[in-house]
Amino acid sequence: MTGWREPVRSPEEPALHEPGLALHVEDLTVSYGGAPVLWDIDLDIPKGVMAAIVGPNGAGKSTLIKSVLGLVRPVAGHVRIFGLRYREARRRVGYVPQRSSVDWDFPVTALDVVMMGLYGRLGWFRRPGRRARAEAMAALAQVGMEDYASRQISQLSGGQQQRVFIARALVQQADIYFLDEPMAGVDATTERAIVAILHRLRDAGKTVVVVHHDLQTVRSYFDWLVLLNVRIIAQGAVPETYTAENLRRAYGGQIALLDQQEAPLVEPVPEPEPKPTDPHHLEAGQS
Amino acid sequence: MNPLALLGDYTIQTVAIGAALLGAVGGVLGTFAVLRRQSLLGDTLSHAALPGICLGYLWAGARQLESLLAGAFLTGALAAVTVLVIVGRSRLKTDAALGVVLSVFFAVGVVLLTRIQQTGGAGQAGLSSFLFGQAAAMLRGDVVVMGSLAGAALLLVTAFWKEFKLVTFDRDFAAAAGLPVAALDLALTVMIALAIVVGLQLVGVVLMTAMIVAPAVAARQWTHRLEATVLLAAGFGIVAGVSGAVTSAAAAGLATGPVIVLAISAIVLVSLLLAPGRGIVWTALAARAERRRLRGRQVLLTLYRLAKEHHDPAYPAEKGTLDAYHGTETAGVLGRLEAEGLVRPVSHPPEPTPHWKLTSKGRERAEDLASSGEERR
Ligand SMILES: Nc1ncnc2c1ncn2[C@@H]1O[C@H](COP(=O)(O)OP(=O)(O)OP(=O)(O)O)[C@@H](O)[C@H]1O
Ligand SMILES: [Mg+2]
Repeated sequence: MTGWREPVRSPEEPALHEPGLALHVEDLTVSYGGAPVLWDIDLDIPKGVMAAIVGPNGAGKSTLIKSVLGLVRPVAGHVRIFGLRYREARRRVGYVPQRSSVDWDFPVTALDVVMMGLYGRLGWFRRPGRRARAEAMAALAQVGMEDYASRQISQLSGGQQQRVFIARALVQQADIYFLDEPMAGVDATTERAIVAILHRLRDAGKTVVVVHHDLQTVRSYFDWLVLLNVRIIAQGAVPETYTAENLRRAYGGQIALLDQQEAPLVEPVPEPEPKPTDPHHLEAGQS
Repeated sequence: MNPLALLGDYTIQTVAIGAALLGAVGGVLGTFAVLRRQSLLGDTLSHAALPGICLGYLWAGARQLESLLAGAFLTGALAAVTVLVIVGRSRLKTDAALGVVLSVFFAVGVVLLTRIQQTGGAGQAGLSSFLFGQAAAMLRGDVVVMGSLAGAALLLVTAFWKEFKLVTFDRDFAAAAGLPVAALDLALTVMIALAIVVGLQLVGVVLMTAMIVAPAVAARQWTHRLEATVLLAAGFGIVAGVSGAVTSAAAAGLATGPVIVLAISAIVLVSLLLAPGRGIVWTALAARAERRRLRGRQVLLTLYRLAKEHHDPAYPAEKGTLDAYHGTETAGVLGRLEAEGLVRPVSHPPEPTPHWKLTSKGRERAEDLASSGEERR
């Protein structure tokens, strides 16, 4: 069967570039016409991690994901997923856009939305049949939403809408998932459920990349951290990267926010935390 | 006049078929236009068709539908491109750009139309009917042209149904999944332009946008599936189109556009008011029912609590106490609860005032409510 935009590779082109990495971004610069919103991004995310992209509002987190997925055309630089161009790796990528990016009054049911995740695999002219339905129902069950399959999406709570979006990504059966703020505006119970689903994916060997807003939970949810503020501030495994100094550099002059973060950052540390002023540690996360 | 006799008339048949085609294609593509928040684009495209109609007339030298519609389509497309360029190159927002382009193209159209009418000519009489539409001017051959355009558009929508659905709902996800979103956007815009072209002769450039927007708005009220919305919009479009066009053709001299628009407006009005789940009246009634249900529960729970405090399951509570406790007159609520067999009025001598107590059924209900934690105070 033919999917949408079947990849075509010219023979002289080197097929793979950094195939050992789930995501490889090199020299990426993006501008919406004015000053660059992403500046010279070099980024590597290994396979099988649960990675957080963290940074203040307007840092370019959504833009980074969109340029990785080819939704925004960069001024410079390139992106490889499992060593492939996005178009070639597309079938291995799952995407959960920011919830606010669609009209939730759209006349579709939760099940309809989840089935949209299968359209790419179906290709042109084929309609989702009984098997697609069953797959979508199974994904809804995975996120605990099977009872809401035939609800119109505007009649779902914010957390339920978010879970429907995640179910749509699950049916994509991808190897790497990009989620833009999946935990925004959901209650603690739903957040735990979402994190559990994402951890299951990671434990099954998938790579999960999440735009995340809550600094408090970075260490308990994630094992890889990318701090972004137009440039890459730091990246690496969470224990080395999640430092007061790095956070201060990422969040710049936003003192109030830092003061809030200061307490939990220093206090409930289980092991001896490297001193944030340690110069060696400062660069630990830098690539 | 007898409607069946009307349908036997050759002219009226022609008009009815044309109007049905217009209603169907307007409803289907209008649903996409409205869901994509492109209602204003339809208005601009239809107004921008006027200069094209005039140019088509000048080019063909006669009132020949194919060239008129080709002209309409071309200037419509030019207007759409102009809007895109303005939005891309200036700080103007889309709605402002649409408004500017609409005015300019329509003004040019009116100037051309006036010129043509002044120079006179055998066929120019039909041209001004493109302003508000004229059903009686339709020929059987016109129906064939309209039918081919409508058929092509509907075929495309059917063939690429799931792609159009996805790109309309979630453009970013569609693009990430590999859909050529720009091409699909273009296809939808072109088809909306086609739908407008189909309707120009019947409804006219000024009111054509109503045939795009109104059926979709009405249909959206009644269902929460895209498939059903599209079919219902087509149905509403057909009903309004046929009834309006036939009325106008039968009562010679009535401009068709306004009559059709009145018909579809009536459907919209009814839908906005009455549709279950979304209609204004329906929502108001549902809210009132919900308020009553809540008040009923509260009064029931109050009676239950009073009975508990007095260690008397059949404790007769004075109505004044209940009123004071809820800060409102409770007679209506008590009456409804009584009708459900949950409470019963009792006299409590020597006090002359009315008293109420729970029935055993009411007590069970109150216990359920209290234990399920649904009590709100
Ligand atoms: N379509 C667009 N056109 C113009 N500028 C844009 C567009 N999208 C984003 N921007 C700008 O680019 C910058 C980065 O935006 P982006 O949405 O990527 O930030 P973010 O880190 O996701 O922020 P948030 O935490 O608020 O979601 C912002 O300054 C924003 O104003
Ligand atoms: Mg964002």
